Amino acid sequence: MLDEKHKPTEQGFETFDVEAVNKAGRRQPLYAARKKVFPKRAEGNFRRFKWIVMAITLTIYYVTPWLKWDRGPYAPDQFVLINLEARRFYFAFIEIWPQEFYYVAGMLVMAGIGLFLITSTVGRAWCGYACPQTVWVDLFLVVERAVEGDRNQRIKLDKAPWSADKLVRRVLKHGTWLLIAVSTGGAWIFYFADAHELLDQLIHFEAPMVAYGTIAVLTFTTYTFGGLMREQVCTYMCPWPRIQAAMLDEYSLTVTYNEWRGDPRSKHAKKMAAEGKPVGDCVDCNACVAVCPMGIDIRDGQQLECITCALCIDACDNVMDKIGKERGLISYATLNDYNENMALATGSDLAASHIVPANVRDRATGKLSDRVRHTNWRSIFRLRTLVYFLVWGGIGLGMLTVLALRSSLDINVLHDRNPLYVQLGSGDVRNGYDVKILNMANEPRRIELSLSGLPTGTMSLASDTGERPDGVTLDVEPDKVMPVRVYVTADPAALDGSNVEFNFVARNIGGPEQVASKVKFHSPER
Amino acid sequence: MALKEIDEISGTETTGHEWDGIKELNTPLPRWWLYTFYATIVWAVGYCIAYPAVPLVGEATRGVLGWSSRADLDKTLDAAQAAQAGMIERIAATDVSDIIADAEMERFARSAGASLFKVNCSQCHGSGAAGSIGYPNLNDDEWLWGGAPEAIYTTISHGVRFADDENARFSEMPAFGAGLLEREQIFEVAGYVASLSGMESVYPVTEEGAQLFADNCASCHGTGGTGMQDVGAPPLNNAIALYAENADAIVAQVTAPRHGVMPAWQAKLGDVAVKELAVYVHGLGGGQ
Repeated sequence: MLDEKHKPTEQGFETFDVEAVNKAGRRQPLYAARKKVFPKRAEGNFRRFKWIVMAITLTIYYVTPWLKWDRGPYAPDQFVLINLEARRFYFAFIEIWPQEFYYVAGMLVMAGIGLFLITSTVGRAWCGYACPQTVWVDLFLVVERAVEGDRNQRIKLDKAPWSADKLVRRVLKHGTWLLIAVSTGGAWIFYFADAHELLDQLIHFEAPMVAYGTIAVLTFTTYTFGGLMREQVCTYMCPWPRIQAAMLDEYSLTVTYNEWRGDPRSKHAKKMAAEGKPVGDCVDCNACVAVCPMGIDIRDGQQLECITCALCIDACDNVMDKIGKERGLISYATLNDYNENMALATGSDLAASHIVPANVRDRATGKLSDRVRHTNWRSIFRLRTLVYFLVWGGIGLGMLTVLALRSSLDINVLHDRNPLYVQLGSGDVRNGYDVKILNMANEPRRIELSLSGLPTGTMSLASDTGERPDGVTLDVEPDKVMPVRVYVTADPAALDGSNVEFNFVARNIGGPEQVASKVKFHSPER
Repeated sequence: MALKEIDEISGTETTGHEWDGIKELNTPLPRWWLYTFYATIVWAVGYCIAYPAVPLVGEATRGVLGWSSRADLDKTLDAAQAAQAGMIERIAATDVSDIIADAEMERFARSAGASLFKVNCSQCHGSGAAGSIGYPNLNDDEWLWGGAPEAIYTTISHGVRFADDENARFSEMPAFGAGLLEREQIFEVAGYVASLSGMESVYPVTEEGAQLFADNCASCHGTGGTGMQDVGAPPLNNAIALYAENADAIVAQVTAPRHGVMPAWQAKLGDVAVKELAVYVHGLGGGQ
């Protein structure tokens, strides 16, 4: 399939006829049509790492709803379940009620700070490896390559007139994409209901409309974003590329083209060298551009389109191996290292000065000079990342502590506002309260509700008559809120003022848990 | 076309627009974004045709779908009424005390009664039913005409001293200041009545006062001021007062009594609504 131009040259490496979509200085109209990007398959350490991350993330996504976790007879046994109807969130041994939503808020804060932490150390690792957009585009590219071939075949097929072969391949590709998209949307809904039951309903067209609607929406977005729009989503729709600049500093590891050893670039390095002209390690083969899923040229420097997937590193390392040069012409490097090395290469502190490749090489051996600074992984340990980590870890530890110490019994009391109190014939005063007893345990419990700290105070339930000086015993269903309307009656003469505080106490009979709620008792001004 | 100009610093082409030396760079928008914008315009046009949109002199254009928010509301209300029809029929066929005994009916009637109360009753009795001077508090344990479910139902149905309903609750306390008692005698009665509920009073408690009460008041208010629900005579021996919150007010009430009037609601609201109100009022905490 390779034409003449793509055959390996006598130097032993392959060159590509490819140009960056955002090449500096290009003239463009006010509205630019999307330039098609045909990423070539890369091979290497980072590509392998991305395969592993992809396998792990996709496995987590698709398998999680089918995992089980025994919570006893009164709660669902799904490992992760977001029950919107009952307003319960289950994650392993953790169950969250709506009023505990701050755990979710805390996790979002952790996710945000975690993103800052990762970005300030290893750049946009999230974008390059773990973002769903990246993972699904990668998956869609696997399909595209399997059906239409690698870069050159795809370009050829794209340019070719419509034929039976092209039609079959296109239908096959888009069909597979849609299948992936449907199963993406399909997997999503299983987090929100009993997975087995819902699957059964789905197959028999008995599932709720919202399930089918969600699948339809997510199928559309997955297919459009992962198959059709790809890099456009990252460049134009995602806010993160704009924010990341504030997160990076001169110690952050970013995918960097090491200009100090690469320039001046030449496809004809040997010829140039023979003529005595300075020539760098970059053979201008464009392999880095060909593999880029964003279609950019990393040699133009850090840019917002770069998701730091590091595939250009793999591509370039392979070329360096072939021409017998050291790996790392494109590498993860900090701006500090880059600047030092540039200074070394130019022989001065002015980065704009002329690069002399010989400056960074040992004159005797021709190897890279000892004075060249290489990536030091210790650069990730610095004050900024430490602060991010401490804040991140502090919130996490705080949440874990609160989670471990939280009570599975709670009581909310709302005092009547109108009327604040009721004068009774006997001279006593009655106050009304709406009491809610929250049994957050997955077992039925017997709860004793009593008063504490109100002299002469007795309580009665609105649902029956009869005073209960010692409190009432209530059977609360598992994982439920029990509302009870309670009247509290007291002799105002025995109280210290017309507005006194006392406690409602809820105690778990046969268990250690006891919670109290401080409320007020009003009586007429005297 | 004019010669394209490239900004020296950014290397980006300019649009040719310039304001006081500041030039606008041309960073192209993706074309699909433009098409998305066009699509929203098309959507807006279609929406304006399908739904009420363009305001005219009298009303807005109706839209070809014929949708209106009022019709939508009517539909919602009809659906709600249809959903409640069964329960309303059951309430119509059940006595108030039996409604209270049935948890499901009680819950429905109480919430219906709560909103009926806010609309029809809160003007006098207050939104929390706590009443005020001359308007009874419905939360407490004193009832002028009876606190049992059926008694409350009757009171709401026919009203109190309501001229247009011949079955209205009726009673009238004589104006003792109009020749029945001397001024000094009224002071003595007031002193005795104040003592019944332990109220502080400037009027002395005397044998004569007690005797005057027994002769003139006890026939309705009961011996010792225990009250009598058959004639709507409030008990005077407790901490609750309808008009007379102090001894002077007792004097005023004995001299020239005020009488509250409540309209009959049966004819106006219908039987079901009155039952719902009775359930609500009975459930306020003082029901008997």
